[in-house]
Amino acid sequence: MTSTPAALPPLSPARAEEFGAALDRIRAEVVATRGDEDARYIRTVIAVQRGLEAGGRLALAVSLLPPAWCAGTAMLTVAKTLENMELGHNILHGQWDWMGDPAIHSTTWEFDFLTPADAWKHTHNHLHHTYTNVVGRDRDLGYTILRMSPEQPWHPVHLLQPLYAALLAPVFEWGIALYDLEADAVTDGRKSVRAFLGEVAHLARKAVRQCAKDYVLFPLLAGPSALPCLLGNVTANGLRNVWAHTVIFCGHFPGDVRTFTEEEIEDESRAQWYLRQVQGSADFEGGLLLRVLSGNLGHQIEHHLFPDLPSNRYAEIAPRVRRLCEKYGVPYATGPLWRQYASMWGRVLRHAVPWDLRR
Amino acid sequence: MPVFLPATPAGPLAERITGRLARALLAAAGRLTSPLTPDDYLGLIDPLLSARHPAGRVTAVRPEGPGAVTLVIRPGRGWAGHRAGQYLPVGVELDGVRHWRTYSLTSPPEDGTRSRVLTVTVKEDPRGAVSPHLVHRTSPGTVLRLGPAQGEFVLPEPSPARMLMVTAGSGITPVMGMLRTLARRPPPARTDVLLLHSAPGPGDCLFRAELTGLARRAPWLRLHLHYTRSAGRLTAEHVGRLCPDWAARETWACGPAGLLDALRARWDAAGAARRLHVEHFRLLPLAPLAPAADGGGRVRFERSGVEAESAASVPLLHTGEAAGAVLPYGCRRGICFGCLAPLLHGRVRDLRTGEVHGEPGELIQTCVNGAAGPLALDL
Ligand SMILES: Cc1cc2nc3c(=O)[nH]c(=O)nc-3n(C[C@H](O)[C@H](O)[C@H](O)COP(=O)(O)OP(=O)(O)OC[C@H]3O[C@@H](n4cnc5c(N)ncnc54)[C@H](O)[C@@H]3O)c2cc1C
Repeated sequence: MTSTPAALPPLSPARAEEFGAALDRIRAEVVATRGDEDARYIRTVIAVQRGLEAGGRLALAVSLLPPAWCAGTAMLTVAKTLENMELGHNILHGQWDWMGDPAIHSTTWEFDFLTPADAWKHTHNHLHHTYTNVVGRDRDLGYTILRMSPEQPWHPVHLLQPLYAALLAPVFEWGIALYDLEADAVTDGRKSVRAFLGEVAHLARKAVRQCAKDYVLFPLLAGPSALPCLLGNVTANGLRNVWAHTVIFCGHFPGDVRTFTEEEIEDESRAQWYLRQVQGSADFEGGLLLRVLSGNLGHQIEHHLFPDLPSNRYAEIAPRVRRLCEKYGVPYATGPLWRQYASMWGRVLRHAVPWDLRR
Repeated sequence: MPVFLPATPAGPLAERITGRLARALLAAAGRLTSPLTPDDYLGLIDPLLSARHPAGRVTAVRPEGPGAVTLVIRPGRGWAGHRAGQYLPVGVELDGVRHWRTYSLTSPPEDGTRSRVLTVTVKEDPRGAVSPHLVHRTSPGTVLRLGPAQGEFVLPEPSPARMLMVTAGSGITPVMGMLRTLARRPPPARTDVLLLHSAPGPGDCLFRAELTGLARRAPWLRLHLHYTRSAGRLTAEHVGRLCPDWAARETWACGPAGLLDALRARWDAAGAARRLHVEHFRLLPLAPLAPAADGGGRVRFERSGVEAESAASVPLLHTGEAAGAVLPYGCRRGICFGCLAPLLHGRVRDLRTGEVHGEPGELIQTCVNGAAGPLALDL
């Protein structure tokens, strides 16, 4: 049975190896030229992010004044977005470990997102990035609640998936936090109940700190502005959630992204792994602002090929990766954000019903 | 010429926010900055304000003869002080990458009366990565990261009555810290310190003016300068001749491994091993930069107590697991960083790029790095 969309005739093993070697060279070039400028980039993003966060919090402290509310909420939303996308996600991938700066390191970073960094690193860096779009192995393929490919068994509850996919967006951080607990791994016997309870407690501790800060302490400190401050914080978290949901869903779920079967990845070589990463991801195009606010995940394909290269370099290598794909006839999915977004929703709708609407 | 900067505003402020009330306030503020700490914000205003990642600012750079400088450093919050003779790790950024090297403190410990400054004296290793940068390209205002002072090569309190110091080259630095400490407050009346210091010649003898001046003024110090260009290398026999009662003295020695090994053997033979304290500037012999292609090496997993031979092309993770160690792992292909482990010593080769790298403390992805010579991991 073929996956969606139809698999292309595979490259001959020799051609695949050539393709892989060319990608290895791109990686080696970036690794060899990482330096001062990249370090300055990430430190600038950190400074801007913390400045915006501090500014946003201050403005929301006097948010009885409507302009202060608007400015504060906007700054906090951007700060939280930067923190999750360009900082948290990428630093936790180890993209900046090469600097040897303990303040910007995958082992020490904790992000302003509900799920604890350790839990995220396991489900995201390990499971999702290794088994990208392999049905039955990549839990991110529908996050265990959405049906995103015809190989996934249909269940009547999937009729409601357009609804809950939409409802998930504004509370995305809660969805991810619960998802990272891997309750399904306990029922499958892959994780002990004891380990699971430990992780629940770990999450609960972080959740209390996160919620106390945004929904209790800052509003209380705002005194007469308590209510608008609370509203501002809720809005900032909500908008950040919707944005993160959009970026992540557009990275893997547009219609022209392939899924794979477990048989296909048996004895997969590094070159074949590269091929799967390209076909299992989708880019979206945008200017500098969109790039930074999405954590450079508009370059999802480049990110999946080289998850540990500094994100500020993806834009630079994207044209080369794309030319390489053209040369070897490997599909390279890209388009404007709105089109990827529409295509992603099309897929959610199509797979809500048991019939394969493509045939 | 030494260049002095006016006191930066960060210095006094950094000192002011160390009180108990300030600490309580910062702890409370931590609820608001979570998951970051207030230090992460303070450090953006001035790196010296962050106690989480302690830093210091170079306030003066003083030449100390050919290829050597003394860096005067004002430490920020988080610097917990030191004892005379200790060293500290200094973090230096070169092309975006932080390198750590250890340097002996040549300044006496804080005694509460002076302002907080420390000094280290760096002798350039022309083929090295960090010391030429510190010696030639470091100017006042540079921020350096500081690790905590450490080491057991220290001057005891109260100081012993009879002491012998044997030093060679830049090995004088920890002893200089001790001598300056003794010089600050006159030691007990019958104290007698003999310093045997070896240098190539008078022109490249670190601290020569200060040492001879101090020996003239201080009744407790006797100085013998040994110049290798005219008198050959300083040996254990020289030491025995210059200081006949060596076995009875509390002794501190710092210099090349050959000298230290010879002293160790002599003191052992005389049953005086307990009185000899040595400091090595290079902890372990470095692996050659380009080991043979089939190099590999012996790998030690320190915590598990497992040791195994590892071929150059085999990931360290495989070697460890095959030898029975239980190690952290993730994707096993260099993607997830779930297997990171600190390198204790030795070097590794990135099996994807062939690049040989590794410094003590560097976190290594064990699933995509092989051994480039003997090494140890903190696993
Ligand atoms: C406890 C302690 C205290 C110290 N105190 C002082 C002090 O007060 N003053 C001082 O000047 N120094 C001191 N040192 C030494 C200092 O830490 C540095 O080692 C020294 O400055 C050289 O650093 P570097 O980065 O310039 O050289 P590195 O880059 O570390 O190289 C050192 C030498 O090894 C060679 N080398 C590097 N890698 C390899 C390899 N793989 N194979 C073969 N050769 C290699 C280089 O060519 C060079 O000659 C101390 C060291 C210790 C352990």
